[in-house]
Amino acid sequence: MGRGALATRVLGGAAGLLLAMGLYLGLVVAPPDAVQGDVQRIMYVHVPSIVTAYIAFFVVFCTSILYLWKRDLRFDALAVSSAEIGVVFTGITLATGMIWGKPTWGVWWTWDARLTLTAILFTIYVGYLMLRAFAEEPLAGARYGAVLAILGFLDIPLNHLAVYWWRTLHQPSSILRPGGPSVAPAMLLPLAVNFAGLVLLSTYFLVERIRLERLRHRTAEVRLKRGRRG
Amino acid sequence: MVAELLRRTWAMTWKDVTVELRARERINAMLFFAALVLFIFNFALGPDREKLREVAPGLLWLAFLFTGMLGLGRSFQAERENECFEELLLTPGDRESIFFGKLAGNILFMVTAEALILPLFGILYNLDIWGLLPSLALVAFLGTVGFSAIGTLLAAMTAHLRAREVMLPVLLFPLTVPVILGSVRATEAILGGGGLGEVSHWLKLLVGFDVIFLVACPLAFEFVLEE
Repeated sequence: MGRGALATRVLGGAAGLLLAMGLYLGLVVAPPDAVQGDVQRIMYVHVPSIVTAYIAFFVVFCTSILYLWKRDLRFDALAVSSAEIGVVFTGITLATGMIWGKPTWGVWWTWDARLTLTAILFTIYVGYLMLRAFAEEPLAGARYGAVLAILGFLDIPLNHLAVYWWRTLHQPSSILRPGGPSVAPAMLLPLAVNFAGLVLLSTYFLVERIRLERLRHRTAEVRLKRGRRG
Repeated sequence: MVAELLRRTWAMTWKDVTVELRARERINAMLFFAALVLFIFNFALGPDREKLREVAPGLLWLAFLFTGMLGLGRSFQAERENECFEELLLTPGDRESIFFGKLAGNILFMVTAEALILPLFGILYNLDIWGLLPSLALVAFLGTVGFSAIGTLLAAMTAHLRAREVMLPVLLFPLTVPVILGSVRATEAILGGGGLGEVSHWLKLLVGFDVIFLVACPLAFEFVLEE
């Protein structure tokens, strides 16, 4: 086992450990919400997931620009892998949000601003992954993907504005707000631990996913050489 | 410099319009499809006039956008079928003019379809829209520009994909949500009797969207066309 592989395993292990700790803190140690009761504990998965997804999409944006600029396929591999991670965590956010919404708002889904925005984001990046899957030529796929990722990111502020004018119902953000977080410290800790766990987990996925991409390239090369000889 | 860009853009548009005038492959299909959409809505929603009036702005824009999408999907068809993309790329000079030329053609076709849809809509659904036509036309134009700008870029992209007919709407609609929301809300306010002043924030959003993507899309187009 090489040093890189060992580091990757340590990363994965640390992510698992942190997430287990976060779950314990969130489900057992933290007090139930004064109004919502135990249901509110879903927040400890819901909120870190969406933050992780946003970070992943930001990475897609940056690596897409870098790819178009430097034409290094490693940036492209980073972009695709990050987009996959972002889509998974946006999906988790939507699912946990629905489960949380049913008991607290009485409905699974409502066309509130933040829900709508998350759904739009989800569709844009699912479209990105489909585009990658349908590209006939890998290099063209990389270029198209990069262009789409940049357009998609430019679109976010406009979507934000439009959807907020349209409607708002979601409880306002209680951590990133002027005047400091309004979440009790006992609740903030599991949030932070889970968030750190998810970031580590994403990094772990990213490393493994890029390794996979590299192996894929190498397989293609070997096949090409064999074919030529035979 | 600008004169040169305009001249080259015009050449591109003129080519597309001439081809279209001779073959009538796109515009006929768009116009008939637009009429059909208005026809079908009636069966989907029933003949209740009050109900129809409530959803009228949304229906109008669905008709606009579906018809527009039909046209966008074919905007690089001729080049693809006759394998002329390379020739297009070989033309010396900036490629922005190719984009703007294609875009102008697409806007022209979509606006033509809208010019049919709007009066037909008023007639079929008994809406008194005749005095409101100038403000409706303004909103329609602003929405069409933004929708077509992203649409033209994505059409160039999806022309090279498998399953291109599916991929264009899959990519286009999520990205144009601000246009759809802005146009529908503005149209709603206009049909409801409010003047343009009432919807100025939506108009500003539409203008902002148009400006951002009229700058970004031609830049991105270079990367899409590259071989």
